[in-house]
Amino acid sequence: MNPANPLQHNPYNLIITGVGGQGNVLASRMVGDMMSQLGYDVIIGETFGASQRGGSVMSHLRITAKGVYSPQIPFGSAHMVVALEPSEALRVLKDYGNPHVRVICNTRPVQPVGVIRGDLDYPDMADLRRWVRELSGAAWFIQATDMAMKLGNPILANVISVGALAATGALPLSRDHFENVIGRKMAAGKIEMNLQAFDAGVAMIRSAG
Amino acid sequence: MENTPGQRHLVMGNEAISRGILEAGVQVAAAYPGTPSSEIIEVLSQVAARRHMYTEWSVNEKVALEVAAAASFAGLRAVAVMKQVGMNVAADFLLHVALRGIRGGLVLISCEDPGGLSSTNEGESRPYAKMMEFPLLEPGDFQEAKDMTRWAFDLSERLGSIVMVRSVTRLSHASGNVTFGQLPEDRPTADFNFNGAMLDPDTGPMINLPGPVTIIHRRQQEKMARAAALFETSPFNRYDGPERPELLVITASACQLYCREAIEILGLEQRVGLLKLGTTWPLPIQLLQRHLALCRRILVVEEVLPFLEENLQAFAARAAARIGIKQFFGKNDGALPSTGELNPDLVMAALSRILDIAPMGRDDAYRRRAEAIFAKGAPPRELTFCPGCPHRASFWGIHNALAMDNRRGFVSGDIGCYSLAALPCGFESLKTLHAMGSGLGMASGFGKLSPFGFDQPVIAVCGDSTFYHAVMPALVNAIHNDANVTLVVLDNSGTAMTGFQAHPGLAVNALGETVPTVEIPDLCRAMGAKVRVCDPFDLPVTQNTLLEMLDDPQGVNVLVLRQICALSPEKKGKKRYDMAVDPQICRADDCGCNRFCTRIFRCPGLGYDPQKGTARIDEVICAGCGVCADICPSGAIERKQRS
Repeated sequence: MNPANPLQHNPYNLIITGVGGQGNVLASRMVGDMMSQLGYDVIIGETFGASQRGGSVMSHLRITAKGVYSPQIPFGSAHMVVALEPSEALRVLKDYGNPHVRVICNTRPVQPVGVIRGDLDYPDMADLRRWVRELSGAAWFIQATDMAMKLGNPILANVISVGALAATGALPLSRDHFENVIGRKMAAGKIEMNLQAFDAGVAMIRSAG
Repeated sequence: MENTPGQRHLVMGNEAISRGILEAGVQVAAAYPGTPSSEIIEVLSQVAARRHMYTEWSVNEKVALEVAAAASFAGLRAVAVMKQVGMNVAADFLLHVALRGIRGGLVLISCEDPGGLSSTNEGESRPYAKMMEFPLLEPGDFQEAKDMTRWAFDLSERLGSIVMVRSVTRLSHASGNVTFGQLPEDRPTADFNFNGAMLDPDTGPMINLPGPVTIIHRRQQEKMARAAALFETSPFNRYDGPERPELLVITASACQLYCREAIEILGLEQRVGLLKLGTTWPLPIQLLQRHLALCRRILVVEEVLPFLEENLQAFAARAAARIGIKQFFGKNDGALPSTGELNPDLVMAALSRILDIAPMGRDDAYRRRAEAIFAKGAPPRELTFCPGCPHRASFWGIHNALAMDNRRGFVSGDIGCYSLAALPCGFESLKTLHAMGSGLGMASGFGKLSPFGFDQPVIAVCGDSTFYHAVMPALVNAIHNDANVTLVVLDNSGTAMTGFQAHPGLAVNALGETVPTVEIPDLCRAMGAKVRVCDPFDLPVTQNTLLEMLDDPQGVNVLVLRQICALSPEKKGKKRYDMAVDPQICRADDCGCNRFCTRIFRCPGLGYDPQKGTARIDEVICAGCGVCADICPSGAIERKQRS
């Protein structure tokens, strides 16, 4: 059952973050299911509940050849951060980042209520890019929400980000695995659009070079 | 969830517990929803018809436990599921069923929330097992969540006692790989045998009476002694480490994962022993004595209260002549924080201090820089009502009515999404917030304080599911005692916060069957309240109705504000209106409204465009409810009906 493609780290620590309602939990479950089907042991720690109501949401994935690890990643130990919202990338890096961490970052902000109210400022995207680059070993910025809206539904930004993750080669994820996983869980009518979103995410990383 | 024995699946802790329930052949499962426990019954409900099983969303946790106990008395295996606060609701019946015993295997599953990630408290219920004398199991990983749940029913029948399985958020809402076992095919029939002698555990009536209490209590304690003996050899208690460790770590539940990882990262496998307990009450004394004898220093790692720590200390004191004097580390000496969740880093810090080794530091320069960037780059996200949430409109009406009434009125809050009305998103309307049903209970009390000079009007709020759970007795109390209060029922057609579970106001049950409804307005009228029903999206009518109710000098008024939750399956993703801001009309700062829509109303679907100097709609976030069109003083926000 053990796959040929070994992990870059054991366990490999992946964090998927965003704001409640962005489809964070589903994205982590898709990645977890793909890795589990490849024979890896997967642990996913999730924080949801009250945090669905506009709050920050974070899923911790531990991917290992064998064994059970804490559903909370130790501080400073993330290998990859997928941020569905750009300022959430910084929130995660503060606790779990390190100079070698890699980051995939959707550039569409979800403004906190305090910003909407006018009490707080949301940073410029140029600053956000600079800071994410400074705090990571490698970073990719993708217009996932814009692409998702072109595909017909902004929620697909999560699937686009999963496609982007696959294209980085950080984990042995492929389109076939993705198709297999969504084929088991999703209504048939939705599969084609999700595959398109996955492909769009792959293309974004490829074109970013 | 139904088949594939022997296969390995990535499942949530709660799904693993559900699988364990199925593998045990349970036929009745009842619960009141509460995070992080709700998925257990949801999973079971999906397969109930095919597994010849009855599942129920009960009106509250006490009734859920009674429903499950009835099945047990009739010889079936049964389970009741709840979160930690529900344990307190069920506790009265629990005391009695623990004392009298059970017939078919009866298990109580409590999913608890250290750190209060989705709760208004981090209360725990392990002490009930000691206080009310029943066995307690705590799974330490996902496979154990399934295996232990299944075994709990065997244990329950073997002892004739209710058994509690305690999970925590980091297991219930985390996922891991689990290998499934066989599902049983035999289906016992239900029959309640009561013709035997009064105290016969198998054939007599299931009765607790004054008089024979001590006889039954002694039996209960004998069951606990048998449980302790069984636990001595349980495979759920495991030791890993050297023969004579420098430090013995004793732990249970998700904390065992933190301990294992901390020991591995610090490379302490040859110095530190790890005794992971799965059976945490009654304690397996011989096993503990063997391990405590190995080592002078003991670190106890658990969430949240020092339950194991203090019981181990009491045991170590009793056994000191045999095992020597021990030094304990844990919550009481400050080695670990006494509040909140634990994690691998907190355990690493404790191990480093106790063993006097250099802590595993993060790259300090990186950490400082990341913190500095975070401070300017990630504005805090305070919780808020979802776009299109009826509660925002409801609290807008309540807030305005209280302001216009101008007698320092306030809202007595309750448990649900609308608890957030204590925050700016609900205009900080809630001024008391405690347990399920406490909003009206408190208001009933406030409403009797006028002889002492109290002249503030009080509005109690509750959700539709909460109304049935615990508000009805408070309503009877307020009416009978002639308290002058207003109750606002925020009826969004389901138990929204936990995922739209059915409740008695809906014509459907957990199994998807059509069932009779119990209507809130009818109930309130029958009790003697003055009742009105409004759509909270109709802001003027809601506000005026509330003002009339606040003006009423006598009795109990009930306003049912009825509008389906924006995230409900019926509504989600379906916009009623396309919203737009007319830039010719909106003048933002020049208008005199002081950016009313974003600064005061604060729906996340609204924004302010500083370049154009106008409000704007975020089309990704806006749910199209149309309410903001009514709050703009200049009428600059337009709603267009969608075709």
